[in-house]
Amino acid sequence: MSVLVDKADLSLKYTAHYNEVKDELFANSSDILNAQRNKAFQNFVLQGIPTRRNENYKYTNLNPAFMPDFKFIHTKEEKKADLGEVFRCDVPQLNTNLALVFNGWFYKNETEKGDLPEGVILDSLDSISKERPELLEKYASLANVEEDPMVALNTAFAKDGFFLYVPKNVVVESPIQIINLLQDKKDTFSTQRNFILVEDGAKVQVLLCDHTLNLNQYLNNSVTEIFAGNNAEIEFYTLQNQHNKATNINSVFIDQQRDSRVTSHTASLHGGLIRNNLQFALNGENAEAHMFGMAFMDKKQHVDNFTQVIHAAPHCESNQIYKNVLDEKSTGAFSGRIHVVRDAQKTNAFQRNNNLLLTDEATMQTKPQLIIDADDVKCSHGATVGQIDEEALFYLRARGINEDQARLMMMNAFAHEVVKEIKLEPLRDRIDELVNKRLKGEVARCHDCAYQCDC
Amino acid sequence: MLKIKDLYASVEGMEILKGINLEVKPGEVHAIMGPNGSGKSTLANVLAGKEDYEVTNGEVIFEGEDLLEKSPEERAKDGIFLSFQYPVEIPGVPMVNFLKTSVNEHRKHKGLKELTAGEFLKLMREKMDLVDMHTKLTNRMVNEGFSGGEKKKNEIFQMALLEPKLAILDETDSGLDIDALKTVANGVNALKSPERSTIVVTHYQRLLDYIVPDYVHILYQGKIVKTAGKELALQLEEKGYDWIKSENGN
Repeated sequence: MSVLVDKADLSLKYTAHYNEVKDELFANSSDILNAQRNKAFQNFVLQGIPTRRNENYKYTNLNPAFMPDFKFIHTKEEKKADLGEVFRCDVPQLNTNLALVFNGWFYKNETEKGDLPEGVILDSLDSISKERPELLEKYASLANVEEDPMVALNTAFAKDGFFLYVPKNVVVESPIQIINLLQDKKDTFSTQRNFILVEDGAKVQVLLCDHTLNLNQYLNNSVTEIFAGNNAEIEFYTLQNQHNKATNINSVFIDQQRDSRVTSHTASLHGGLIRNNLQFALNGENAEAHMFGMAFMDKKQHVDNFTQVIHAAPHCESNQIYKNVLDEKSTGAFSGRIHVVRDAQKTNAFQRNNNLLLTDEATMQTKPQLIIDADDVKCSHGATVGQIDEEALFYLRARGINEDQARLMMMNAFAHEVVKEIKLEPLRDRIDELVNKRLKGEVARCHDCAYQCDC
Repeated sequence: MLKIKDLYASVEGMEILKGINLEVKPGEVHAIMGPNGSGKSTLANVLAGKEDYEVTNGEVIFEGEDLLEKSPEERAKDGIFLSFQYPVEIPGVPMVNFLKTSVNEHRKHKGLKELTAGEFLKLMREKMDLVDMHTKLTNRMVNEGFSGGEKKKNEIFQMALLEPKLAILDETDSGLDIDALKTVANGVNALKSPERSTIVVTHYQRLLDYIVPDYVHILYQGKIVKTAGKELALQLEEKGYDWIKSENGN
């Protein structure tokens, strides 16, 4: 069978599936979510499954990831895991408010009441969209179904995910931790739709941990829309720790208003194929966006970070540092687009991507892209692809440090520039430890997680 | 302690060392002098185990064992210390981590218990005085943002921590002003012992005013062409390297 036929079959397969489960998708779902479905699916069909022919997916072909006969979970299932146990899967010394998203569906932490300040809502998107629709007025306004087929597909299938609301001037002291688990007896396609609304002057830290709990094939397609009001402050951490047969498509869209500060950290430790779409729109003056990313890949793993920053208002600042360590036959890509629109004067935009290739077979593609339509701006970008500095390695060895350990020190040092930007200290220590384990070739798992899964 | 016999080495196919013979006994200080490009640094790097250099002939015996068989880290742990001519900056690796790892690797090799963080800091403070090392430097990343003089001080500081049997100082005087030179030399002298030997590789005589050698060897075109006592350095200072060049037919 030719590849062409395969592709046609795949698109047809998804169209057939959509028509077949349409009633189930619309049933028990809110008007807000349902209103977007048909248009979104049409847009998915128009754009098709992303392959290298799609300019934005030039370095990542998703076609193979769509091949398996997936199980879809369009209706919430009885929880199968002992979620009380899962909630122990935390970061030591990090007092967090925990919630769980299981195969795309939100489950409340019933065992422990967190200490969320009054007015703060951490709940399921499904129920909030029914009970408090006014909070979801901006739903699907950032994630544009016409620009990305994965966003379109997510919007068509979206049923649940987490919803976070922090009202005006409320400061959430303890970080909010969301654990995303994938586990099913069958190969599973999971859709997760998240929504974060942080009003003027409010402040919150969110930690997302992506895990797979067995070795089945997974395709996780998640979309998160984040709204930061005037002078709001958000730190958003994503820890990706899945397995080689997991495909993780993670799209995050952020709208920033005047004087807001948003920091995004993405640490990709494990995963077969990881694609992170991250889009910041700086829509108010003096907004600040910081984006940090690090990935550690080996075997035939693939990571693709695709960032876009839209400077739509003057006097804003954006800053990106992405680092990859690629071992064995792994591949990586970074595309960073900075768009300074007309009149967004006094913009400061900075971007850097550094990559360490540990073998001759690992490859990296890096593509900065600046589109500048204002005349009084400072923009810079830089990219490097290199190997471990042999002179430095010799220096360490000449002091009695064996080669493996010296390499490890150098790799840790390379990653450290990004790790040190993590402001949550217990999390920084934890990630330092996970990175160190990962670089040592030990499986970097949450060892204190009750599951101790073999994935 | 160290015996070099008929050592030939090349880098990228170019022969640099062309039959070196040298013996260093415990407690001795040997100076190796010579014009630029004579092979001084190559000799220092070959002894430390740098892989860019290929030994094509000869042998090096250190403490009765074949040195050339060993990796750079094994040589270091056996007691060879190279003070680098150009110490490398290693961003992201904190000085303290680096030094502690290094000291503990040496201790493990000797069958000693590894030092705890507290014990190590105590040892570090003791040794810092020796070369006038500041905490503002030990709190940084390895050599990052150090001045030329600070980098050299840091080398001698590491030597003080590791207490090698044989220290090879590769152009330790280059880029130092006279005060820094004195500090560094004082550090080296303070570490002198009847068991510890030193090879001082230098272009100029001035370092030898402070670190007094037992023997001076002149290396020229990959061979030791003259060996004598410390007076040879003074003679060389007076007559210049042209003297050696003309004596050797150039």
